[in-house]
Amino acid sequence: MSVEADFTELKENGERIARFSGRLTIARIGDVPRRLALLEHSPSKIDISDVERIDTVGAWIVYKLCRDHDAEIVGASEHAQQLIRQVTIADDPAQTRRDEGGRVRQTLERIGASTLESLSSLKGLLAFFGGLIMATGSVIRHPGQMRFNAVVQRFETVGVSALGIIGLMSFLIGIVIAQQGAVQLRQFGAEIFTINLIGRITTRELGVLMTAIMVAGRSGSAFAAQIGSMKLAEEIDAMRTIGVPPMQALVLPRVLATTLLMPLLGFYSTFLMIVGGGLLCWISLGIPPETFIMRLREVVPMTDLWVGLIKAPVFGMIIGLAGCYQGMQVRGNNEEVGNRTTTAVVQAIFLVIVLDAFFAVFFTEVGWG
Amino acid sequence: MSEELIVSVRGLRNSFGDNVVHENLDIDVREGEILGVVGGSGTGKSVLLRSIIGLQEPDEGEITIFGERMDCATAEENLDLRRRWGVLFQNGALFSTLTVAENVQVPLREFYKNIDEELLCEIATFKIVMSGLKAEDAPKYPSELSGGMRKRAALARSLALDPILLFLDEPTAGLDPIGAAAFDNLILELKEALGLTIFLITHDLDTLHTICDRVAVLADKKVIACAPIEELLALDHPWIQEYFNGPRGRAALVAAD
Repeated sequence: MSVEADFTELKENGERIARFSGRLTIARIGDVPRRLALLEHSPSKIDISDVERIDTVGAWIVYKLCRDHDAEIVGASEHAQQLIRQVTIADDPAQTRRDEGGRVRQTLERIGASTLESLSSLKGLLAFFGGLIMATGSVIRHPGQMRFNAVVQRFETVGVSALGIIGLMSFLIGIVIAQQGAVQLRQFGAEIFTINLIGRITTRELGVLMTAIMVAGRSGSAFAAQIGSMKLAEEIDAMRTIGVPPMQALVLPRVLATTLLMPLLGFYSTFLMIVGGGLLCWISLGIPPETFIMRLREVVPMTDLWVGLIKAPVFGMIIGLAGCYQGMQVRGNNEEVGNRTTTAVVQAIFLVIVLDAFFAVFFTEVGWG
Repeated sequence: MSEELIVSVRGLRNSFGDNVVHENLDIDVREGEILGVVGGSGTGKSVLLRSIIGLQEPDEGEITIFGERMDCATAEENLDLRRRWGVLFQNGALFSTLTVAENVQVPLREFYKNIDEELLCEIATFKIVMSGLKAEDAPKYPSELSGGMRKRAALARSLALDPILLFLDEPTAGLDPIGAAAFDNLILELKEALGLTIFLITHDLDTLHTICDRVAVLADKKVIACAPIEELLALDHPWIQEYFNGPRGRAALVAAD
């Protein structure tokens, strides 16, 4: 007798018999289910007396054959009978996943769902902003509720720890702008205008924008993940029960940290971009630092710096809000934390860039162009 | 009952830094029995389970399962051994991104690649129904299930490969008394029907009285006693006396009678 499961069709006394042999277990089942599906004649008896070993999968296959062909099972050991009785309770195969409709419908559904999702997300963010303003109001009325330790701690993680990476990034971007600008301007013999380029683009736009992107990636995502995991562990619910409003304890310190630190980080970034640009001008264009600084003072109006520094806290607040808001939206499982973190970063950067465009138009209109 | 040993642990030592959890621990699981393991919090019940199933490398000691030494087994032998046992983790440990049916199918797909979809689906269904859930629960995600249902779904997954040996880590923890009693019955029923050997960690005195053939008591870094519960009651060890003859222990005894 072989170990592999097998079956043969016999005819005895005018009765068709399907006789199984070998080990009718999941490991040895082989192609038996496939061959059974192709069975031409209905057996009236199923003989499993030769079966060496049987498990629930074997029992299920025997039971299914018996059910489909209205046959009788003979030669079952007590153990086999018990197994067959166990599997009989599940007659109809259940769905593995819920029905999701056709492909076109699915696509349409997905487009619809994500449109609604982004609209409701914006609405939610606005409501969240409102909640934050209320919390701020109550903290201003009762300054004792302010959690200074939390704020200072956030200052460190959002600001101080980010100095290295933001500095390096800004320095390198400064070099790249200067180098690319010099290559283009050299064609007109106007290399000296590289200084105008560096000075104005970094103070007005790039310093703050690049910092915002970096802070969104570093801190916005961290906010979403932290608050999201706390939400899953029911820590937020626990806070509410104890009477600590999460808006005050978690959201306000974080948003405050990004709002207050963005101008500082943006200024620091702008400064290092100019240093990087200046260094390249010195090495590659032969413009000495003194000349570079003199020229910079002539061509960059003070309003350029204000343009950058006015935008910075707004961007910071959006990053903090988006991170905390998405964190608070986490529900269900761990995968959601990952999704919400991604959404927080994407939403923050998107809103920052949209607002930046508005600011650009606005400042030009008011004559700070 | 056969005296063949399914699991045998000899001279086990586990430690985390300076904290020695087990020292010279011996424990046996006989074929066809339900062995309950009890012990105070922090006595290393879960660590013992993790050592036996190979999730925790012991400092010293021999662990033999189905007559094979775990530390000498090659990766392939190890995989083959794993196929013959199922584990129900304390919190279910269901994969949260898969539905209940898909969870049950994971071990099947992993070990037997050539089973066709239809059969997989049918197998998953009867495992789920056998574990006391309804077929309608199959396409649900673990986050949509209650605690008791999640335990049952996890049990269905641990039964997916028709194991001979089942490890249960506090199966009735967090269930209401009715749900816990139903779960005890389910375990007993499945053990009879499928011929299982069960290693069960529990704090539930009712479970110990109703379904365990023998109970092992973990204390002082080793198994201080391993016997049917009536014999344990007669032992004169302060912890055992306090555990089984405390108010809860007596209530469970009355309930069992």
